[in-house]
Formats: sequence, structure tokens, C-alpha cells
Amino acid sequence: MKTSELIALMTAVDSSPVSPISPGRRLAMAGLLGVIVALAALALTLGLQPLAAAAHASWFWMKAGYSLSMAVCGLLLLRRLARPGAAPGWAAIIIGVLALAAMAMMAAHASMRAPADHRGALWLGQTWRMCSWRIVLLAIPTFAALIFALRRLAPTRLALAGAAAGLLAGGLSAAVYGLYCRESAAPFVVAWYSLGMAACAFVGALLGPRLLRW
Amino acid sequence: MIATQAGDAGAQSRLLTLLAGHLRGYFGRRLAGRPADVEDLVQEALLAIHMKRATFDPRLAFTPWALAIARYKLIDHFRRRGARLTLPLDDAGELLAEDNPEEGAVRRDIAALLGRLPARQRALMADVKLTGHSMEEAAARAGMSVTAAKVAIHRAMKRLMKEVADEDL
Repeated sequence: MKTSELIALMTAVDSSPVSPISPGRRLAMAGLLGVIVALAALALTLGLQPLAAAAHASWFWMKAGYSLSMAVCGLLLLRRLARPGAAPGWAAIIIGVLALAAMAMMAAHASMRAPADHRGALWLGQTWRMCSWRIVLLAIPTFAALIFALRRLAPTRLALAGAAAGLLAGGLSAAVYGLYCRESAAPFVVAWYSLGMAACAFVGALLGPRLLRW
Repeated sequence: MIATQAGDAGAQSRLLTLLAGHLRGYFGRRLAGRPADVEDLVQEALLAIHMKRATFDPRLAFTPWALAIARYKLIDHFRRRGARLTLPLDDAGELLAEDNPEEGAVRRDIAALLGRLPARQRALMADVKLTGHSMEEAAARAGMSVTAAKVAIHRAMKRLMKEVADEDL
């Protein structure tokens, strides 16, 4: 087919009006859908901790704040990466770096203040073997929903877009997992929550080029 | 592009024709000596620009958007060609054949492409494109509502785009 024929064909069969897509809204909807599924899965398997009591504890909000900051970082990155021609944007990266730095400082502070024989317990808690895995597992529905949404958009940097989708899914998943997890030490959070979210971003970067090609 | 998003067919045709020239230059500089590949890529990028036109944000500049798509298609092409070069020797004839620009230009025979569509979509596409019926007439001939016909044609376009992309694999 000649190029001029292709243009004529495209114009003849499909010149319907389209309204410009707002990626932010679509991605947020996908994220919300994934969170609902993850929340249901968590409630049905591990169950939630007594939230009324947890809501009075500062560590509960520390974990939620850290996880959601990472999710916001992922969403801001992804919103731009979902369309051709936009740079990832510094604001998102600054939010992510600041959240990690704040969390690391709290962890260092708590770790140094603790007696030496108690320090290991602060970093490992009771559940370090499971924590990161569970965050990755709970991220799956959100990641799937995000990929589905992204396929209707037009990401051109697939590994980066996949990583941002992974980070967003991981951040939301960590926030959901915080409704079950009773670990209260900052060192535990900065180690195992970060590992879980980083693993999500890494897997996303690997899967992005395969799943998002168009 | 903004007029195209609003459904102005004339503007769409002019825009795509203008872009085809620019894209030919863009790919031509980067794929010197492979004219058939250049034209394939021009068509692929035009299809992509057309299918993804809703992802253009009218508040932003158009050039970076279109250029990013062209760049994406070029990288995708290199990746595919890289993979193709590791194929067994049996495919070598095919590989060499693609250096012929004439063949590259006619490889995507429209009839053959249409032939792969389901009967209903094919009839609609043929009515609208080949015999010049309006969308309303074509819908009436197929016994569908205009909206259903538009949806069917949209699906057919998507499918054609996929076929074109798969052919290059």
C-alpha cells in the first residue's frame, strides 16, 4: 500500500472526533480498582488489625504516609510517561527521594537510640520474612489494572513506564498492607517496605517493554 | 491536530500528508540505504499517530508528541531488526528481498489485508472506502446503526494496524 493510500484510507474510515485523554484520571481509577481488590484479598486472608486502636498510633500513620508518598511519586511519573513526548518530571522524583530520606532518618534515629541488643529486633521485627513478599503479591491487581489502562494510552519509554507503574502499585499495596501489618519500628519500614516497593518497580521495569508494546 | 481531534477529516488528511513528508526525512536520515524500511516506518508512525491521537494534549506543543512517537517506532524497528538478524539462514532470502523499495511499497496489499477481517467489518470497510458510500449508507447496507458501524470500523482499523505491525515481525 502506498503511503498516500494509507492516509486516504485512514481519513475515509476513521476521522471521528476524539476527546483528549487525561491519563491522570484513568490511572487513578485503575489504581483505585486495584486497591479495592487488594483490600478485599487482604481482609479475606490475613485480616485487618483493629483499626480504631491503630489510628491513634503514630507508627500507623508513618507507614501510611511513607507508602502513599511513594504511590504519589509513581502516579506523577506515570501520568507523564503515559503520553509521548513528556519528560518524567522532577517533582515526582523529589517527592520520592524526600520520602525515602525522611524514612531513613527516622530509622537511623530509632536505631541509634535503642540499646545495642535490641537493635536487630527493630530492623527485623516479627515478620521480615513475609513483609516484602506480601507487598509484591498485593500489588499484582493494581499493576494489572495500570497496565490495562496504559495500553489504551501511549507510553513510549516502556521500561520507565513499567517501573513507575510498579512503584505506584507497590506504594498502594504497601499502604493496604499497613492495615494488617503491626510492625511499628521505622527501621523495619525503611528496610522491608522499601524492598517490597522497589521489587515492584523492578519487576515493572522488566515487564514494561513486553506488556506495553504498541 | 486540534482540528483533527475535533473530527475534521480535511485537516486530518492534510496533517497526515504533511507529517508523512517530515517522517520520511526523519527516518531517511537514520536509515540511509534502506528505503523500503523508511516507507514502512513512515506508514507505521502515521498509523500510530492516527490511532493514538486522543493521547495528544492540546495544551502542549505538537512536535515533541509526534517526534516521540516517531522515535519510539524507530527504536522498535531497530529492536525487531536486531532480533531478525539472529534468525536462521532460511530467512535470508526474505531479508534481502526487503531491500527492494518497489516491493516494500506494495507489500501491504490492501485487498489482502481486508481479506483477513471478519466478513461484516470487511463489507463496511469496502463500502466506505472502495465504493465511496457514506457512513450512513454503509451502515444501512450492513443493517447496523451508524454508531455500531462506526464501532465496527474502528475495530477493523485497530485490527488492520495490528496486522500491519505483525507483518513486520
